[in-house]
Amino acid sequence: MTATATPAKAEVKTRATPAERRATVIGTVMVLLAVFVFWVFGLGLESGVRSTFNLSLPGERFQNLVWEVNAQWLSFVVAAIMAFLGGLVLRRSHVKWTNVALAIGLGLFALGFLTWAAAEGSFSLVGMLRSTVLLSVPVTLGALSGLMCERVAVINIAIEGQLLTAAFVGTILGSAWGIWAGLIGAMVTGALLGAVLAVLSIRYRIDQIIAGVVINIFALGLTSFLARRVLSQAPDLNSPGRFTSIKIPILGDIPVIGSMFFDHNIFVYAMFLLIIALHFGLFYTRWGLRSRSVGEHPKAADTVGINVYRVRYRNVILGGVIAGFGGAFLTLAQVSRFEENLTAGIGFIGLAAMIFGRWRPLGVLGAGLVFGFARALQQKLGILGTPIPSEFLSMTPYIVTIIVVAGVVGRARPPAADGQPYIKD
Amino acid sequence: MTESGTPPENEPGDKELPDWYARVTGVGSSLRQALVIPALALLSALIIAAFIIAVTDVDILPLWGTDPGEAFRLTIGGIGDAYKALFVGSFGSVRAITETLFAATPLIFAGLAVAVGFQAGLFNIGVNGQMHIGGMAALWVGFSIAAPAIIHIPLAILAAIAGGALWGGIAGLLRARTGAHEVITTIMLNFIALFLVDYLLKTTVFQQPGRNDPISQKAASTAEFPTLIGDYRVQIGFLLALAAVGAVWWLMYRSTIGFEFRAVGSNPDGGKYAGINVAWIYVTVMAVSGALGGIAGANQILGLEPYRGISNFAGTVGFDAIALALLGRSHPVGVLFAGLLFGALRAGGREMQGAAGIPIDLVLVVQALVIVFIAAPALVRAIYRIKTPEQEGGTTFSKGWGA
Repeated sequence: MTATATPAKAEVKTRATPAERRATVIGTVMVLLAVFVFWVFGLGLESGVRSTFNLSLPGERFQNLVWEVNAQWLSFVVAAIMAFLGGLVLRRSHVKWTNVALAIGLGLFALGFLTWAAAEGSFSLVGMLRSTVLLSVPVTLGALSGLMCERVAVINIAIEGQLLTAAFVGTILGSAWGIWAGLIGAMVTGALLGAVLAVLSIRYRIDQIIAGVVINIFALGLTSFLARRVLSQAPDLNSPGRFTSIKIPILGDIPVIGSMFFDHNIFVYAMFLLIIALHFGLFYTRWGLRSRSVGEHPKAADTVGINVYRVRYRNVILGGVIAGFGGAFLTLAQVSRFEENLTAGIGFIGLAAMIFGRWRPLGVLGAGLVFGFARALQQKLGILGTPIPSEFLSMTPYIVTIIVVAGVVGRARPPAADGQPYIKD
Repeated sequence: MTESGTPPENEPGDKELPDWYARVTGVGSSLRQALVIPALALLSALIIAAFIIAVTDVDILPLWGTDPGEAFRLTIGGIGDAYKALFVGSFGSVRAITETLFAATPLIFAGLAVAVGFQAGLFNIGVNGQMHIGGMAALWVGFSIAAPAIIHIPLAILAAIAGGALWGGIAGLLRARTGAHEVITTIMLNFIALFLVDYLLKTTVFQQPGRNDPISQKAASTAEFPTLIGDYRVQIGFLLALAAVGAVWWLMYRSTIGFEFRAVGSNPDGGKYAGINVAWIYVTVMAVSGALGGIAGANQILGLEPYRGISNFAGTVGFDAIALALLGRSHPVGVLFAGLLFGALRAGGREMQGAAGIPIDLVLVVQALVIVFIAAPALVRAIYRIKTPEQEGGTTFSKGWGA
């Protein structure tokens, strides 16, 4: 920082805007990561060691696609690009590219890491990317449920309970009357729990966090109780069918991308459609404007004739439907069996994804994919035999969320009225 | 955090209670309501639970079509058996009573942890994580040093206090320095602690030699909490819990810092203008709360068989504590009684599971229902047609997060 002619001007120049401060932090982190990649992944490998990535899965149209690289060279290239991007972000003139640079940088870091981990061996890159998308589904859907509620200022930490109960009902109805009945039952269950949250927090104005905690405890208690009391005696109620993958013609045959995006069950396609619909709906329609106004300034919304209560009820219940859909994914697509506490924290990762995604559908998708990647990596690390304990990867979503809410790399701003009951005069 | 809800009016002639409870729960702050609402809440929860038992009896369900009279008789009998077992298992014998006290011990510590937070306007959902960190610290002291019990146990508890206070303090510090809402950070810290414990249990420091799964070495016998009566499981942890109730009472109502806690809890802005360092209070409150959680964690390892650390050893205690603090109106003595009640539900629930075949998870359902009825007194009033106070305060002590 160089001081210039007048003191006043110097002050203006030295006081960094939040965006600039954020860019400084992120740029520094990226340069440090570049050094890390150079040192640990690059110099840590012997020269000439090759990593092999498999780019096709068994049964695909194009077989035996592999990408073989010199691991050390690739690490050096990754380090160089990351350092360049980091330097770019550190220069204040490029502040607006911070997010793009960060995304590319983290992607490259992941590539460098995988290259290092797969050195002298082979690794199914496409398998991992495919499971990234699959594992992101319940997280993303849970996060969207939270988003629907919080956009109208109702805090939803009951996502976990909604997912769990919907998964349970989906199992039972799916076993009794088929998977479509299970799916519909799960969505209705989600809607009912959404309605409970809405009534408790809007009608009875009980603390929304307490309401969420209650629903979570209730869901865990009731599903575990019923699983032991009913499912254990009637095992045929615990074996629903599964929604199988529907391959999209032509697109599904594209190497890598096809397996990642175009050869999935309906939940994955629905998730992407929902993201697009919600993004468009929230920011470009009357419904979205009304919802957001109720979340930001309910009194103003009320003044211009919006029925605050009705908007809140409707969105919270719709959020429940989305969570129910996510719950159905768990037992009607991922596994076809219910177990006690099947969700095991996925709902809270969803909460984390909502915050990390900054209460925006596209952000939520990005966060869901990042957390899905962390979970997929965690599953694959054991196979690769890297020295990194999987527990630390499991922690990533939670640590990332704390960093985000603490505002270290830019503050995530929730809707202004979030959590406050509205009392009509 | 500013309050928008007006504290409810008292009914004339009723004894005054501190108004933080009204703020936290929205209940009128009169003594009569203080006892009536929790009692009705528990009653309603048990009635609903009975209904759940009835409709989930797979053997009887078909009978309703053919012989409703017999089905009704069997259902009532089944519910009767279940609640009888619940009572016998919690109060029916000396062993049952000691089991109740044994089960209540960690609940009281954890409930006090949440209650201290509530009184200062902070919502500590992170007792689970604080229990894990505190418990691991106590465990480490438990197996790594050799000392007579009179020194070993206090050292282990001090380690638990330090560990829990650290983990709670992180959330307090984040709140004070960055404004990150403690609800979010403590939820996240819970999971971080959970995975940290899983990791630590597999390190050479903690892991039982010769094992591959996450299980720790056994704590030295000098670090085990000695039992109080014969071979019953209740141990000195319960006496410590009683002492903690007294200590928290003194802290909150007789010490300067406790006054500051409550002042910040009732109005942070007012506290600030009165010269209280609100940021510092947030850190201290979370540290004190976390320390209590840490002791609960130590109790879960050094207070019961097998005296080892296992994955997720804190179980649901940290979340039961929220229900408990609400039921006990965040008052130390209230928490003690709520803890005994929940301990009885736990101990009786085990008997109910063994003797009547009702899964113990029903206790969670009862707890959830109790919180609903406590936190939404309007619901209880509507059901039992109790006269509504003139003004109904909303429960708005944890507004929004992030900002």
